[in-house]
Amino acid sequence: MRNGPTTADSGNQPVVPPSSAREGGPDPVHRRRPSLVRRGATGPARETGARATRWLAWGLAAGVPLLFLGVFFAWPVARMLGLGLWPDGALDLGGFVEVFSRPRTWRIVGLTLAQAGLATVVAVVLGVPGAYVLYRTRFRGQGLARAFVTVPFVLPTVVVGVAFRSLLAPAGPLGFLGWEESLWGIVAALAFFNYAVVVRTVGGTWAQLDPRAEQSARALGASPARAFRHVTLPALAPAITSAASLVFLFCATSFGTVLVLGGMRYGTIETEIWVQTTQFLDLRAAAVLSVTQLVVVAGALWVAGRARARRERAVVFAAEARAVRAVTRADAVPVVITALTLAALALPIGHLVVRSLRTPSGWGIGNYVALGTTGGPNTLSVTVWEAAANSLRTAALAAGIAVVVGLLVALVLSRRPAARAGRRAISLMDAVFMLPLGVSAVTVGFGFLITLDRPLGLPVDLRTAGLLVPIAQAVVAVPLVVRVMLPVLRAIDPRQRQAAAALGASPLRVLGAVDGRIAARPLGLAVGFAFAVSLGEFGATSFLARPDTATLPVVVFRLIGRPGEQNLGMALAASVLLAALTAGVMLAAERLRPGTAGDL
Amino acid sequence: MTPPTPVDAPRAGLGVRGLVVHYRDDDGTVALAVDGVSLEVAPGEVLALLGPSGSGKSTLLRAIAGLERPSAGTITWDGRDLAGVPVHRRGFGLMFQDGQLFAHRSVARNVSFGLEMAHVPRAEQRARVAELLAVVGLEGFGDRDVASLSGGERQRVALARALAPEPALLLLDEPLSALDRALRERLAAEVRTALKATGTTAVFVTHDHDEAFAVADRIAVLDQARLLQVDGPVELWRRPASRRVAEFLGFEAFVPVAQFEWLMGAPGTAVVGRGGAARDSEVRAGGGLREAVLAIGPGALEIADDGPLGGRVVASGFRRGVTETTVDVDGVGEVTVVDHAADPVLREPGTPVHLAAAAP
Repeated sequence: MRNGPTTADSGNQPVVPPSSAREGGPDPVHRRRPSLVRRGATGPARETGARATRWLAWGLAAGVPLLFLGVFFAWPVARMLGLGLWPDGALDLGGFVEVFSRPRTWRIVGLTLAQAGLATVVAVVLGVPGAYVLYRTRFRGQGLARAFVTVPFVLPTVVVGVAFRSLLAPAGPLGFLGWEESLWGIVAALAFFNYAVVVRTVGGTWAQLDPRAEQSARALGASPARAFRHVTLPALAPAITSAASLVFLFCATSFGTVLVLGGMRYGTIETEIWVQTTQFLDLRAAAVLSVTQLVVVAGALWVAGRARARRERAVVFAAEARAVRAVTRADAVPVVITALTLAALALPIGHLVVRSLRTPSGWGIGNYVALGTTGGPNTLSVTVWEAAANSLRTAALAAGIAVVVGLLVALVLSRRPAARAGRRAISLMDAVFMLPLGVSAVTVGFGFLITLDRPLGLPVDLRTAGLLVPIAQAVVAVPLVVRVMLPVLRAIDPRQRQAAAALGASPLRVLGAVDGRIAARPLGLAVGFAFAVSLGEFGATSFLARPDTATLPVVVFRLIGRPGEQNLGMALAASVLLAALTAGVMLAAERLRPGTAGDL
Repeated sequence: MTPPTPVDAPRAGLGVRGLVVHYRDDDGTVALAVDGVSLEVAPGEVLALLGPSGSGKSTLLRAIAGLERPSAGTITWDGRDLAGVPVHRRGFGLMFQDGQLFAHRSVARNVSFGLEMAHVPRAEQRARVAELLAVVGLEGFGDRDVASLSGGERQRVALARALAPEPALLLLDEPLSALDRALRERLAAEVRTALKATGTTAVFVTHDHDEAFAVADRIAVLDQARLLQVDGPVELWRRPASRRVAEFLGFEAFVPVAQFEWLMGAPGTAVVGRGGAARDSEVRAGGGLREAVLAIGPGALEIADDGPLGGRVVASGFRRGVTETTVDVDGVGEVTVVDHAADPVLREPGTPVHLAAAAP
């Protein structure tokens, strides 16, 4: 058709001054800025220069975090695995055969899967009604309830362990259950921890789900239950899968809680790595278990990643329609379940506070007064207050590092390059930066000890520079920062950036005026998350903190490991202090939560 | 490297020559979005890019803006090649279907964004913002939060924001498509007024021919990545270059002029193609009647008991206060007949009717 006689070929057409045809000559208000095009140099040379600058900038943005992760994560972990699997400079897979021929190994792997699986089921079954009540309905005090639900998630693992131990002890309020040092005690504690993950992930999606799909189903004759099962639940499925795999991941790698609650009989792969490394000095078994854990975790991450991609792609969110409505009688079932769950969440925290006020000589604040001491004989090298100061200082440093690195990662990952190779590189980087979630923190911590005496051959001993602990905590916190920031940055319509560019904003100014403004609030949330996680980090810190730089979780663990009423009382008081610090940071950061459906 | 050769482009305005743009899908397949398009836009002119969805009109616009990289061809402004000039240095404004206002900025600070980028002094910015809000009929809206605006108001703010830095060329990507019909028609007229009042050269993408006719000085019709015709509204309507163009403009039936010469010149009809012939008389004089095709649109025929054409009613209904009856005309096909009678009647499907050329 194009070559046919009927096609108008504008190339051969004279250009008529067209405005005169309809408007009668040029307009008097006709002002013209000298086109910017005339100012700048144009042509291929300029393009090459601009492209080189852009590549350099993005290369740096991707390179700095990759270098950080390489030096402070990949290398120590590789050295650790090397010690176990390449003992004499040659690959020795005999370790796998040997370690997996021990009944103990199979018991631990089975226990890990059973604990994580059961806790995930409990968290999802309770969490979905909770997501509905807390995010899809409206009632007085809802903001407080949402904040309250979040508290367990950010509580340090050691604190949760101590609270449940005290709760389930034969003399404790729930002693009649006989759950002390039992599988169910651990499952309860892990579910307590991760209830918030389900509520927040599913609730965030649910709140923005277009209610008209369910309304259409109802109009087509579906009962509320059927409309839920056939319309709402499938729409929520990716969010539920994503939350469940995250919960499974957190449970399968949990360390502090299980170490405190499990006693000699129960454990996870992670606690077993700790036992093998520190008690039996069997690095080969530790390396084999680290690889095993990585496989388990990679599976969970793969499921989570697929679900997340589906969630970001498939769910149709309501643009304007608000789905939230007041509670009615029809909501009785989820409301009752959620009320009971909230009461159950309050129990360990409340018990911890109450119990911390009981001293050998009756009720009082004696345990808190004792925080100014170093406990019983040979217990601590610093007072608990000094440990708290250590914690805050370390966590602030760690949060700073984690936010800088995590922000760069999120920025790079939020791009959608036109080239397929670029997109592949980005999804690979996405996976790589989730790895610290899955690799045993114990392995990371021990790896630090054996590699960072001369990092990259440089004559600095990071172990004495007081930087090891914050760096290790930052490695653990980076994935969380990425998960908070990435959905926000990805949700920015690329045309916002294009509109700004067309108005004359250079790429750097686009970054500031569009991405920067939108990311400012969630950045505060990410800082809070990173800070809280660093405050409570125990797995790696327990290896790296020296007695005089012990942090609060380390001190708490040390105190409960010592006999004596006074030490236990101090441990409880220190746990309350740690919980209050973390919850305070988190509640402050929570006010900065953006309206979009994030991951956590 | 040699400096870009000034091709035989016009000295002023936008020149697009043999432009080819490939669109790479997520699954790696490559499709041709713009296939060898050439066109010019003179300073002060408003050109509409008209075509169905998927015709490549938006991609062409984005290539001009610098958001898509052409595979071949050149884009020039005032005769200079724009290859390698990044978006923010082209000095072209861009307005999207959904406005893409910056939610964290007030109305005034949205409008002033481009001025801030150009480091215009504060006082001048304020004056310019007020001036542009007046142009789009939103005086006093400066301090409003953009979230509080209606759809129409948002698009007005987007237009003001795009016009504020006095872009050399304004690119509008379906700026009115998200609005309801009444608002769209009113705003189309306002957009034209604003563009003319500021003397802005513009390219306006739309899939609605009424909108294109309301806003543009000339209209470029695209289909399946190719440019079919560029003409003024009247020429386009009277002489669609091909049957595809005529179909897209709403013409319903196509018959040989040789058998329907009596219908030529009736309102709602057009002779398709015929090269440069501007008038029906030229078509007649050219002796090309034998091959020529007559396009029949809504309203070209009317019901007359003694009319030369016979047919049967397919459907009949009220629309905008007149009766529109779809008639399957013998030897022609389905045609919409408009009845302007004061007391119109709805006819049952199947009713036989006779038709004649509508009175001019």
